[in-house]
Amino acid sequence: MIRVMLALLAALMALPAAAQDSMPPAPYAYNQLEDPAKEAEAAALMATLRCLKCQSQSIADSDAPMAGDMRHQVRSRIRAGESPDEIRVWLIARYGDYVSYEPTVSAATWPLFAIPVLVILIGGGVLLRRLGKRRSDANVDGGEAA
Amino acid sequence: MTQNRLWLWLPLALFAFFAGLAGYMLTQEKDQFVESTMIGEALPEFVLEPAFGGLPGAARADFVGGKPRLLNIWASWCLPCIAEAPQLDALKAKGVEIIGIAIRDRPEDVANFLGQYGNPYTRIGSDRISEVQLAIGSSGVPETFVIDAKGVIRYQHIGDIRADDVPVLLAELEKAQ
Repeated sequence: MIRVMLALLAALMALPAAAQDSMPPAPYAYNQLEDPAKEAEAAALMATLRCLKCQSQSIADSDAPMAGDMRHQVRSRIRAGESPDEIRVWLIARYGDYVSYEPTVSAATWPLFAIPVLVILIGGGVLLRRLGKRRSDANVDGGEAA
Repeated sequence: MTQNRLWLWLPLALFAFFAGLAGYMLTQEKDQFVESTMIGEALPEFVLEPAFGGLPGAARADFVGGKPRLLNIWASWCLPCIAEAPQLDALKAKGVEIIGIAIRDRPEDVANFLGQYGNPYTRIGSDRISEVQLAIGSSGVPETFVIDAKGVIRYQHIGDIRADDVPVLLAELEKAQ
């Protein structure tokens, strides 16, 4: 157990050290595109792509060198005329759905979208029945529930 | 009536279930690796400049023809890459051709690293903006890919190669024949 903990600790300490390099960032890692409309497209896309090194952040949020290189890819591809969807598809083909934060309806995720609708329908049904019942009760008692 | 009362506990039961699930998942070790979904796909087209003066650069064309090869994604600033250096030497000694791609690296640093830890490579391309790394679905250093003689990606090893990974990689190279 202690050996496992030590190994984990060592692994955690090794990661930040391993992420260091002294190279200047890629041209479009920290520089916006000249065209504001294209930059807006790129920014919206970057906010929905996962940083692979720091997996709870988007590449727009992360200062990891690899996130910078991914931003460079996104901006230079948008600049070259690719659509945000094409770039997302390109990345998903390499890293799977995991790289994208944009929710998609698929065989595994459809209940996430269906359940809220179902719950609202059931809730509405229950509410209608209750209200209807109360109203008919009120009619019988001569308006006591008002 | 009691039948109806039981229904009232349902939301609480659901809440307890999800709280329990969250608590359980917190104790589970998370797999931090993002695997490439390019296995079985052709290695993308690329041409990279030499990473330092001593060896030629690397291109997709260098993987086509002859025997399956290893594509090693590494960097001189990467500590686990030092740990895997002896295992790459062991693979080289078995007659495996290893082509390196150095990520975000400088020629002098590459030369230093190879001088210190040995050079198992026949070629090293310099990927200064992780372009090829992203194109093959690699998410860190070091990673090692088996590329067959048709230039198709057949296997991915994530992290440094340990002694017991060497036979696995040799078997994957054999399978890619």
